[in-house]
Amino acid sequence: MNIETIKVGMADLNVTKSPNNLTTLGLGSCVGITLYDKINKVAGLAHIMLPSSKEIKNNDNKAKFADTGIEELIRQMIVLGANKSNLVAKIAGGSQMFNFNSSNDMLRIGDRNVVATKSKLKELNIRIISEDTGGNFGRTIVLDSSDGSLHVRTIGHGEKTI
Amino acid sequence: MTINVDNLNNFMIDVLKELGNIGAGNAATALASMISKKVDMNVPNVRILEFNKVAEILGGEENLVVGIYFELTEDIVGNMMFALDMDSAVNLTNILFNRKKESLDLDEMDISALSEIGNIIASSYANSLSTLTGLKIFISIPSISIDMAGAILSVPAIQYGHVADHALMIETVFEEDQNLVSGNLFFLPNLKSFEKILKALGVN
Repeated sequence: MNIETIKVGMADLNVTKSPNNLTTLGLGSCVGITLYDKINKVAGLAHIMLPSSKEIKNNDNKAKFADTGIEELIRQMIVLGANKSNLVAKIAGGSQMFNFNSSNDMLRIGDRNVVATKSKLKELNIRIISEDTGGNFGRTIVLDSSDGSLHVRTIGHGEKTI
Repeated sequence: MTINVDNLNNFMIDVLKELGNIGAGNAATALASMISKKVDMNVPNVRILEFNKVAEILGGEENLVVGIYFELTEDIVGNMMFALDMDSAVNLTNILFNRKKESLDLDEMDISALSEIGNIIASSYANSLSTLTGLKIFISIPSISIDMAGAILSVPAIQYGHVADHALMIETVFEEDQNLVSGNLFFLPNLKSFEKILKALGVN
């Protein structure tokens, strides 16, 4: 059986079943949110850019925001055969790529994305079992839907599986 | 007048291109005098890109690049970024320090020199726009990051995430005479500032 690796872009999301992989490349201040149902082997990945759809008028693209992105991801995973009560989360990203002594909180967007992601997952009773967030570097992540492992690759900050 | 990123007319795009041309012309002159080499630039592109496609400009999301980032405030709010691939960054520091290093490691001195070059390029660009439009532009100190193109370009893309599903940018490619150095300068004012710029130039 061929294993397909499905690429998820910025402000985008996708779901798949074992044995396929989901990947997103070059996460900076954005957060990669992965959800996994290990009983049904259904995986989902969202690459969100902003914390909340409620602060913004132009919010048609659900995958752009932590709150609506997670909800939409769960919806699509259930369609693919996942059971919501089986879902666990792993998250990565939320860096601060550039360092400024600035009052502009746009530059702290990485932190805010991570906080918003955690609070939405908590609200939905989804446990975060591991994370690799913060810092000042980019990350590429690959989610293996056969076992839910999340591989994190960086330039100069090592590789790991969480 | 309200600008819609997804629906700019050709006349507006031409005006923005010309604006980029003037800004970049000054920046290219500043760069040329700094490295004592001839510097060419292309006709600026006004790009309206889906977020997904932004990193493709710099060779794909995982390509290692140097990004030098500036915040713009006052009348024009937004940001500017000067981005180079690693070969160009090393060649540029070699030209500056008059040496021939081949490894792709940049030390602290190299990084500081690149920040300063970015600073001079961005400041000359901003100055000429300010003169042309009569709008005040305050430019921050440079902040540099060497990492994946996707991660670096996510920073300006997120700014646009608030208002649109596309990013609007004026991009100029600089090339040193012998093709040793090629860099992209991105100018990303927010949409309100684009409106102010067009209004200052008499476009309605």
